[in-house]
Amino acid sequence: MATLARASRSEIETLLGDPPDHDLLKAPETGTVMVEGRAGGAGRRFNLGEATVTRCVVRLSNGRMGFSYALGRDGRKARLAALLDARLQDEAEGSGLHQGVAALAAQQAAARDLASRKAAATKVDFFTLVRGA
Amino acid sequence: MYVAVKGGEAAILATHDLVAEARRGNPAVPEISVAQIREQQALACARVMNEGSLYDQDLAALALKQAQGDVIEAAFLMRAYRTTLPRFGSSEPLDTAAMAIRRRVSATYKDLPGGQVLGPTYDYTHRLFDFALMDEGGEAAPRKAAAPLDATMPRVPDILGAEGLMEAEEPPEGDPRPFDLTRDPVSFPADRDVRLQSMARGDEGFLLGLGYSVQRGFGGTHPFVGEVRVGEVAVEFVPEELGFAIDLGDITLTECQMVNQFQGSKDVPPQFTRGYGLVFGHSERKAMSMSLVDRALKARDFGEATNYPAQQDEFVLYHADNVEAAGFVEHLKLPHYVDFQGELELIRRIRREREERLAQEQEAMPEAAE
Repeated sequence: MATLARASRSEIETLLGDPPDHDLLKAPETGTVMVEGRAGGAGRRFNLGEATVTRCVVRLSNGRMGFSYALGRDGRKARLAALLDARLQDEAEGSGLHQGVAALAAQQAAARDLASRKAAATKVDFFTLVRGA
Repeated sequence: MYVAVKGGEAAILATHDLVAEARRGNPAVPEISVAQIREQQALACARVMNEGSLYDQDLAALALKQAQGDVIEAAFLMRAYRTTLPRFGSSEPLDTAAMAIRRRVSATYKDLPGGQVLGPTYDYTHRLFDFALMDEGGEAAPRKAAAPLDATMPRVPDILGAEGLMEAEEPPEGDPRPFDLTRDPVSFPADRDVRLQSMARGDEGFLLGLGYSVQRGFGGTHPFVGEVRVGEVAVEFVPEELGFAIDLGDITLTECQMVNQFQGSKDVPPQFTRGYGLVFGHSERKAMSMSLVDRALKARDFGEATNYPAQQDEFVLYHADNVEAAGFVEHLKLPHYVDFQGELELIRRIRREREERLAQEQEAMPEAAE
């Protein structure tokens, strides 16, 4: 679900292919989650502010339920992600669908790695100036 | 007092059309898209998300477009939209130690674990115009290091904390749910959770001014930036129907740990004290200002005098919200005809009475002289 939450709608659409028959147990709905922080990073909880979140729950014709919760307001993405979540539970590990999600996760990790390497290029090497030497 | 008046519907409809034209500007110039604002005016979007108290980059960009770049008007749009949404619940508290760092600097430690990472910052630019930006088509090609940064970096105050030199930040007994000022009225003295929430959604300029006042001696606390970090943090949430935490995706955050001079007590030896700032998006000035004022507002907890505005929670919390402040200031533009009529009659009466009194005195004076 973490990978799908970070994936774009078109990535999920491509991976899912034709949407399977399903019932909407919870139609795509946009709301908010109050994001909490901690004072000092580890202390008392406080409310930082809300974030938009869209959720959806589906049931496939075989009874399998799929869930989707992700930041943002994309209802179509939520529905497709919930369908994919249901399909993934039905498929064996290592199936094409699971491999597809693994590939998305790898892409996301690569993007994160690239961002981190760009940041790392701005890392400071300090040297101390010795006066009067 | 504001008294409702009727009329002016046609004028109001006409102004809606006119403001739409003003917003669009010269039609010969291509219209700006929401995606362009989101991608290329990200710092403005961050400010709108903070002061609108809603994390959604697309909506912040739309708000800026609709408000012609007026940040407070844009924050107002965010606040108004937020009230139309159901709330699914509260996230798990963010773990900023697990941030995917893009920038992290400390003014207190040169060689800190994980290193000093300048990231994307204007701090070391010359503030000279880059006229090349007048033209389009410029593309940046940032350098890449061979290896990424450390996956997690310790928060700087935690380093001193390990030595016991730093005021501890620990959850109170039972790790209670935080107060929510969007649901319950604030009372004073306000606890730290209330203060932090209020400042996180507070006006950047107001907090900057207050933070500056602290530095200039109106509540001096001798601050050092222990750490500023910017990056992405996952938001985790436990949906009722699932019963376990799921990852909703990442949000960009800026966190500031301000280290301040010592306080001790009978039971605790002198320690550095702390101020904390946490905000949406890349917003260092806001996070730093918040951390300065957070420390100043701890004055009462440390038994310090509270002589200055930045140390007074009621003053800070009641005036930090720019949507409320703008509403109250700007409502003065609305018709106050009845009110003003009353004042007009009052001042006429006062002047009439004064003239009558002076006239009587004039009459009385010559007799007194004789």
